[in-house]
Amino acid sequence: MIFGKLRILHSHGRQAIPDLSRVELAERFRGRPELTLTDDMSQVEQAAAICPMGAISVSPFTLDLGRCLFCGECARCAQHNIRFTNDYRMGATRREDLVVRPGQTAVPFFEGAVRADIRRMFSRSLQLREVSAGGDASIEMELGATGNVNFDFGRFGVRFTASPRHADGLVLTGPVTSNMAEALEICYDSIPTPKLLVVCGSEACSGGLFAESRAVDRSFFERHTVDLWLPGAPTHPMTFIEAVTRLRGKASSER
Amino acid sequence: MIYLITDNTASAVPIARIPVVDYMDLYNDLCERMKHERYHVAHYFAAQVAGGGLRFYLLLLDDGESKVMISSFVPDYYSEEGLPSLTAVHPAFHPFEREIHELYGIRFNAHPWCKPLRFPFDRYDRNSTMHNYPFYEMSGSSLHEVNVGPIHAGIIEPGAFRFICNGEQVLHLEIALGYQHRGVESEMTRSTNRLRQSVLAEAVAGDSAVAHATAYAELVEKLSSRSRSTHLERERAVALELERMAMHIADTGALSMDIGFQLYQVACEALRTMTINTTQAWCGNRFGKGLIRPFGTNFPLTAETVEMIRRNVGEIRRRYNEVRCEMKESPSLLARFEQCGVVPREEMRRIGGVGQAARASGLCRDIRASHPSGVYAEDICHEPIVKRHGDVMARLMMRCREMLQSADYIEKILSAYTPLDDMPRPDYHSPLAAESLSFALVEGWRGEICHVALTDAGGRIVKYKIKDPSLHNWFALALAVRGEGISDFPICNKSFNLSYCGHDL
Repeated sequence: MIFGKLRILHSHGRQAIPDLSRVELAERFRGRPELTLTDDMSQVEQAAAICPMGAISVSPFTLDLGRCLFCGECARCAQHNIRFTNDYRMGATRREDLVVRPGQTAVPFFEGAVRADIRRMFSRSLQLREVSAGGDASIEMELGATGNVNFDFGRFGVRFTASPRHADGLVLTGPVTSNMAEALEICYDSIPTPKLLVVCGSEACSGGLFAESRAVDRSFFERHTVDLWLPGAPTHPMTFIEAVTRLRGKASSER
Repeated sequence: MIYLITDNTASAVPIARIPVVDYMDLYNDLCERMKHERYHVAHYFAAQVAGGGLRFYLLLLDDGESKVMISSFVPDYYSEEGLPSLTAVHPAFHPFEREIHELYGIRFNAHPWCKPLRFPFDRYDRNSTMHNYPFYEMSGSSLHEVNVGPIHAGIIEPGAFRFICNGEQVLHLEIALGYQHRGVESEMTRSTNRLRQSVLAEAVAGDSAVAHATAYAELVEKLSSRSRSTHLERERAVALELERMAMHIADTGALSMDIGFQLYQVACEALRTMTINTTQAWCGNRFGKGLIRPFGTNFPLTAETVEMIRRNVGEIRRRYNEVRCEMKESPSLLARFEQCGVVPREEMRRIGGVGQAARASGLCRDIRASHPSGVYAEDICHEPIVKRHGDVMARLMMRCREMLQSADYIEKILSAYTPLDDMPRPDYHSPLAAESLSFALVEGWRGEICHVALTDAGGRIVKYKIKDPSLHNWFALALAVRGEGISDFPICNKSFNLSYCGHDL
């Protein structure tokens, strides 16, 4: 029996990614888009018309990552104007920074919006409570994957915890359904201050596909300030890891 | 004639051809038919008709002859009497009747468990809320209640569980859902943008994105007269089986984690990463979002992609099999999983269980075999894996065997696959048949997924109904933990791994 286990260990090999800051994702991964202005913008108009999220504006030409589901259909409509790169570094401290403009080569990470408390309290250990309020399970699985053998975010002191009383912050996924609004509020209130609020996924950032749904109640955002906005459908574990590392002041390089 | 008879490969049916019968005729027929194992309900819902009132549609599956039987009836909306409940005779109807009652206030007489299903925003009784869910109560000085949720300890979706226990032993578990209700079905008909509808289908349950998107795509294709290329069907089957592999591996790892078997847990985590990264290398998304679209694909397989998938799947299969062989011989694992959380076959049949949970109890429900379409009807003669014991171990072994089977199917499809240079691209605009009912049945990794749509005179989808297998199987989980120690609940729950958002919609 021990030989069987040794065989599993041997096949398993070393799985942890040694240096998370140098990860490159698959070529086809749809991450941060790049926009280009051209003389003829008719294709962008077509792309804006088909976009299921209304994330594209023609004049001025912008693409809102807080709404985008990264389906990639616009890049096929307007090949000269929109191109999805495999850059996963998309987290921002201000909602408006998620709106991508032509010529932009990185999503800005505005340091001025990071509260001093965050750097002082959470740069060594950060315990997070995840709340799904209408998340579709893919994003919850990706957040779970941040702690798995491959990414192993726990080695840098970032973990998900069971009780909000033990947590330093809340990670919110999903558009915030009316049926979950109260439980979310109670959970957020239970976390001792100072606390972080991270919204994860396009649905959490803007309501996504359900922004107009009558089953959704986003009044939570009128009462609380978000520290980190993470786009994606679902947000890739590396997007989460990179942005949280940067928020804690631990990033080794600029974007 | 009570039913219109069709099957899972036929095109959409005109609504005018669906018989409108008297409810009592249908009731009597169903009471008799449902005694036989070959019949089960795929969907049963009500839709508002122009000019007021409701028309009820029923889709009954005949597994014996691969037929889908559709019927409908129009009750007197203003009648005070209510309808005799089918649930009282065959409990498999309970989620459907509860949904109809919750949405439209229709009374089902003698329904034994007419509780709120998901508290939708457009429910009939606005006074029925999360706060006054009518939990079942027992009294006695030796009993206590345990309430779990809606927020759970892990990174999972919300739902409320209430246990009634005698000491450590669970006497009753009641599962109250609805926290995830986003209004998916009404969003499906908000606009006619079919790209939006496709991405909505992918969001029904993110872990079954491929299965739900396939159901939507097939449903739309059936509403059009265009035929589907066999290449497209094969690529969809590969995506579906990759999704099944990934989730079965994930659940194997999660079950190992719950009993503290770290080696199997981490081995499965790494294998799942490898599987979903294969999907990502193919289509740019780890869950296959964006891959399945109506009439075509944006990611046609190339010779290199085929080679990459075959290589990875072969390696994952080999390594997973090593884990599987060790698992089934671990005495401490067997001691925890065997005879734990048993759902007997007859109970599973009565509550209408589907998918791999039903097969683990010996009830063979598998759309790939009973109502095949596409590849499953032609290239692959699917033989469902069926276990007998209905315990946690059976559900785990079910996953192990199905994961290997899926890997074999992918290899079989891809080894004979010659990539096409001019694969059809997605089409979001071709006209759809007017005044028709279209449905699609897909066997996702959890089980039977059923989508149904009704179109109006202009060929627009005006009613969209979705059924995730979780709708049936949540009740099986409640039965599984009866009599077990409450500390066995986590492994029972993981062994089903049901969808909250797929149920709440």
